[in-house]
Amino acid sequence: MNSVISIHTIRFIILVLAQALIFNHINFLGYINPYPYLLFILFYPVKNNRMLFIFLSFLLGLTVDMFLDTGGIHAASSVLIAYARPIFLKSSFGMIYEHQTIKFSAVEFGSKLTYITFLTAIHHIVLFSLEIFSASKIILTLQRALFSSIFTILLCVLLTIIFSRNKA
Amino acid sequence: MQQIVNFIIRNKNFLLFLLLFSLSIFFIIQSHSYHKSKFINSANFLTGGIYNKVNNINEYFSLKSQNKILTEENNRLKSLLYNYSNKVDTSFIDSTKFSSQYRFTSANIIKNSYNLHNNMLLLNKGQNDSIEEDFGVISSKGIIGIVDKSSTNYSTVISILSTTSQISAQLKNTNHYGSLKWNGNSPELVQLIDIQKVAPVKIGDTIITSGRSSIFPKGILIGAVQDFKLDDAENFYTLNVKLFNDMTNIEHVHIIENIDKPEITNLLNE
Repeated sequence: MNSVISIHTIRFIILVLAQALIFNHINFLGYINPYPYLLFILFYPVKNNRMLFIFLSFLLGLTVDMFLDTGGIHAASSVLIAYARPIFLKSSFGMIYEHQTIKFSAVEFGSKLTYITFLTAIHHIVLFSLEIFSASKIILTLQRALFSSIFTILLCVLLTIIFSRNKA
Repeated sequence: MQQIVNFIIRNKNFLLFLLLFSLSIFFIIQSHSYHKSKFINSANFLTGGIYNKVNNINEYFSLKSQNKILTEENNRLKSLLYNYSNKVDTSFIDSTKFSSQYRFTSANIIKNSYNLHNNMLLLNKGQNDSIEEDFGVISSKGIIGIVDKSSTNYSTVISILSTTSQISAQLKNTNHYGSLKWNGNSPELVQLIDIQKVAPVKIGDTIITSGRSSIFPKGILIGAVQDFKLDDAENFYTLNVKLFNDMTNIEHVHIIENIDKPEITNLLNE
């Protein structure tokens, strides 16, 4: 149990630092940045204390906000996907989730990709609408959300492949 | 009573979500209003310290280009210095008084940002160097922004690349003034709105600060007019201004304190 807590604490700190110091300075084509700190929320264990999980996601978003001076936009979108996660777990993994035996290292790649895609898309749409905060710029909002989502999804998939434990 | 408690226990996840979500919205709204972002800013001990450490390393990668910019500024200042006797403004007889209205502090940008809608920068000077809110920040080439919050050793700056900031600016040739805003699209272009229709605007005209706000002295460079059009009511021009500063590559900046500012505000409030 202790090792689980320490793994997630380290993951939290590393993801926040990586977000603030590396991924926010990519500025691909001038403004496209990935937000792979989502990995913490995506791959938090399924069997969890839900209140703690929602609170941790809030804390994660708030720390990122503090680094990026963005008010509370990351906190809001992180809390939202943390709360909505079970719905997407159910729709992406189906029966395995019902039996509560899900292990992210052992699921099919396709369903994992749908799961990442759904949550990232929702997170980014909320994030950018809160950042731009103007209904008249909806095209700009959706455009930024789309480009950043593609970037984040690619990066999340790559990172999960690189850091997955090999069963060899 | 029992039912209320039951309801809370049953929906505790949703209530927690609602609480945290509205808290974040509250922080967002607070960050949109001027000088109100009390807790969630990067000018605190932890984030400022980390950015400072990392910037100590990152500085080395841009040494060459920053050196070039500083040499250019030295050149410009030298030429000003040696040509000064030709252009003495006789209205300032007491020259010590003239030069002491503004106090300059040099600082380094340790966090730059230009891809958001409301960009904030972080400087490595704070209250220990008597940096307070509402001080102006400029670089050698032009205007950068206004200090928003300062902690002991760090301060955050609202960049001109922020849709909430508004800075008074004017044409260099005539005294027609307007306010400088940003529409959030390109980090190279800002918009100067509310310039009177009678103003003789030409493409390539220089835009400078107007000195109306008592934050910036008059005459700090901003940029050159790229194109312009009349607004919908056909009374005012909206100008696209190309910044002299490359906002994506700035490091050494100067913070301006207007020593006469309390006097000016007092006078205006009377």
